[in-house]
Amino acid sequence: MQNGVPAIGLRDVAKAFPGRGGTVPALRGVDLAVAAGEFFSVLGPSGCGKTTLLRVVAGFETPDRGEVRLDGASVDGVPPERRDVNTVFQSYALFPHMNVFDNVAFGLRRRGVGRAEVRERVGRMLEVVELTGREKARPDALSGGQRQRVALARALVNRPRAVLLDEPLAALDLRLRQAMQGELKRVQREVGVTFVLVTHDQGEALAMSDRVAVMNDGRIEQVGTPREVYERPRTRFVAGFVGTSNLIAGRVTEWRPEGAVLAFGADGRVVVPDASARSGEPLEIAVRPEKIGIGRDRPDDARCALRGTVADVGYLGASTTYSVATAAGDVVVYAQNDDATRTPAARGDRVWVSWHQRHSYALDAASHDDTNPDADRRPPTRSGGGPDGAVRSDAEADGSARSGAARRGGVA
Amino acid sequence: MARRGRFAPYLLVLPGGLWLLAFFLIPMTLMASLSLQSGNLIDGFRQTFHWQNYRDGIGVYGGVLARSLGYALAATVACAVLSYPAAHWIAFRAGRHKTRYLFLLVVPYFVSFVLRTFAWRQVLTDDGPLLGPLKDHGLLPTDFRVLDTGFAVIAGLTYNFLPFMALPIYVALERVDRSLPEAARDLYAGRAAAFARVLLPLSLPGVFAGAVLTFVPMAADYVNAEVLGGPDDTMVGGVVRAEYFDNGAYPTASALSFTLMAVLLVAVLAYARALGARNVLGDAA
Ligand SMILES: Nc1ncnc2c1ncn2[C@@H]1O[C@H](COP(=O)(O)OP(=O)(O)OP(=O)(O)O)[C@@H](O)[C@H]1O
Ligand SMILES: [Mg+2]
Repeated sequence: MQNGVPAIGLRDVAKAFPGRGGTVPALRGVDLAVAAGEFFSVLGPSGCGKTTLLRVVAGFETPDRGEVRLDGASVDGVPPERRDVNTVFQSYALFPHMNVFDNVAFGLRRRGVGRAEVRERVGRMLEVVELTGREKARPDALSGGQRQRVALARALVNRPRAVLLDEPLAALDLRLRQAMQGELKRVQREVGVTFVLVTHDQGEALAMSDRVAVMNDGRIEQVGTPREVYERPRTRFVAGFVGTSNLIAGRVTEWRPEGAVLAFGADGRVVVPDASARSGEPLEIAVRPEKIGIGRDRPDDARCALRGTVADVGYLGASTTYSVATAAGDVVVYAQNDDATRTPAARGDRVWVSWHQRHSYALDAASHDDTNPDADRRPPTRSGGGPDGAVRSDAEADGSARSGAARRGGVA
Repeated sequence: MARRGRFAPYLLVLPGGLWLLAFFLIPMTLMASLSLQSGNLIDGFRQTFHWQNYRDGIGVYGGVLARSLGYALAATVACAVLSYPAAHWIAFRAGRHKTRYLFLLVVPYFVSFVLRTFAWRQVLTDDGPLLGPLKDHGLLPTDFRVLDTGFAVIAGLTYNFLPFMALPIYVALERVDRSLPEAARDLYAGRAAAFARVLLPLSLPGVFAGAVLTFVPMAADYVNAEVLGGPDDTMVGGVVRAEYFDNGAYPTASALSFTLMAVLLVAVLAYARALGARNVLGDAA
C-alpha cells in the first residue's frame, strides 16, 4: 500500500488568507502522501485548515508555497476542471435546478462521454448508492442522506483518481451518520478509489480510515493508522483530541533501563519506556483512561501507580468513570462494569490507580501547541498537582480545542 | 382577546387599503368611466359608453403603441446585458466593498429623473462633448446625430432604469451557493460551461424580475422620448400626455392609457406563464 507513487502528495504547502490586520494562516507547511486506493482521513478541530487543504488539492486555492502532486505530476497552475479528483462538498453543492440523474451525469457530459454510456454509468452508480428510481427527483425533494449519496455518486461516477470528501456526514443526524459511515466504507471498497475524508469527528476517522492525519492549527501533528494514532499519540494535542488522555507533567527523577521515572510524593511512581529525557528534565506523559486500573490494594511494584482519593464517580452502564485526585492531579479512569456485584470504589475512598508502564508514553516536548505564541490559550484542562507535577485529563479537549480554533478563526 | 386577534390582520391592512382605495381605485374608476365618455372641453363630457374611443385610439396611435413596446423591449435587453456583468462583479469579486459598489450603482439616481435626462441631452447634442471631438477629427460625418433619434431614447431609458435590473440580478446572484459554480468546475466544466450551466440558470429569476420591473415603466415612460427623441420617436406615454393636457381630449387619453395597461398586463402574464410565475415574481409566488 505504501509503495509506489502516492495518489496525492503535498510538500510544504502553506496558505494564508487576507484578514483584518494582516493575513490568517490556514495551512502552515503541510506534508502529506496519500497512497492509491487508501481511505485516508484528515482529522482536526474546526478552523484548523481541513477544508483549505482539500481546496488546495482540488485546485480552488493556490498555495502560497509548496507543491501538490497528483500521481506524481505537479498540478501547479492546473485549474480544477483539469484535475482528476472530485470533491464531495461540505454542503453537497447539488445543482438545485437539475434532477438527480443530471446532477450525477454532469461530469461525464462535460467530458463528452456518449449518451448511452452516460445512461449506463449513471444508472450503475445510482445502484451502488442505492438511489435507483429517484433519477427524476430534484435535490430539494431528497432527504439529507439521499443528497449525500447523490453527491457521492456525482463524484464517483467519473472514476477519478481520488475523491475528496469535506465532512460529508456532518449534516446528518447521529443514526444516519453511523449508517452512512458503513455505506461510505462499503462504496470505497467496492469502487477501489482513493478517499480523502475530512472530519472533526474522531470516531468517524478512527472507524473508517486506513490512515489518519491529525491536524491542528494549519499543521499536521501526526499521521498513522487509527491504532497508532490512538495508542501512541505523539503530541499533547493528538493525545487530547483523539480520545481522552490523562496528561501527567513532571520532572524525571531517575533513569532506569526500563525507562524514565517520575516520582510523585512517597507513593506515586510513573515510568515511561524509551523516553529520551535525562534526569531532572521536564517530561509530559499521557495515559489512556481505559488502560488504568483502580483498586484499594497497593499494586505490584512493576506497575506505574499513584495514590489518591476518588473525587467523582460517573456510572455509564457499560462502564464507570472515576476521577481520582492524586499527588499528580486528577486522573480519569474508565472501568468496564464486567462484574455487576462489585463496586471497586466510591466517592471519598482512598484508592490506587495503576497501569502497565507500556501504556505510558512521552509526548514530544516541543509540540506545536507549546511553541505557539498564544500557548497560554491552549485548551483549558482540569489540572491540579503540586509544584513538581500536574495531571491533566483532557476529557473535553475536543470541545475546548475547537473553541481555541474558533478564536483563531475569529481573527479572519 | 380572541376577537382582537381575529381582527388584527384586517386592522393592519386598513391604512394601506384606504390609501389604495383613495388614490388608486377611485381615480382608476373615474378614468375608466372617462374613457367611455364623449363630448369636448367646451360642451362638457357625458357618459355614453362610447367604445369608439378605444378603436380610435388604437387606430390612430397603434404605431406609437408598438414603438413604445419595441423601445421598452430593446432597453430591457440593453439593461440586462449591461447590468449582469456589473452585478456579477459586485456579487463575486467586490469582497468586503460590496455595499460601497452597490451604493455607487444607485447614487446617480438620487438626482431627479428629469434633470438626469436633460443632462444626457447636453452630452448627446450634435456638437457636444461626445460627438464634437469625434467630428472634429473626422471620425464621424458632420451631419451624424444621436439626439432626437430612437437610439437616444432607448439609451436614455436604459440608463434611467438600470438599477431596477441590476439590483434583482445582484440579489439572485448573491443567493446562489458559492460552492455550486465550484462544484461545476470540479466536475470538469470550464469557466464558460460553469457559468452557462450553473450560475446563469440559477440567476435567471433575477433577470426575469428585473425585466418586469424595467419593461413595464419603460413602456409607459414619456420623459425620455420627449427630451431625447425626435418627432418620430414619440412613445405612448407622450401621446397620452399631449391628448390630455394639450388637446383636452380626456376620453381619448384615458382610453389609450387603459389600452396600454391591458397590453402590458397581457404581456407580463404571458411572460410569467411561459417562465413559471416563481421565476418572475421570486419565492413570493
Ligand atoms: N476564503 C477565506 N478567507 C479568509 N479566511 C479563510 C478563508 N477560508 C478559510 N479561512 C480561514 O482559514 C482557517 C482554516 O479554515 P478552514 O475552512 O480550512 O477550516 P476547517 O478545518 O475546514 O474548519 P471547519 O471544520 O469549521 O470546516 C480559518 O481560520 C478560516 O477562518
Ligand atoms: Mg471545513
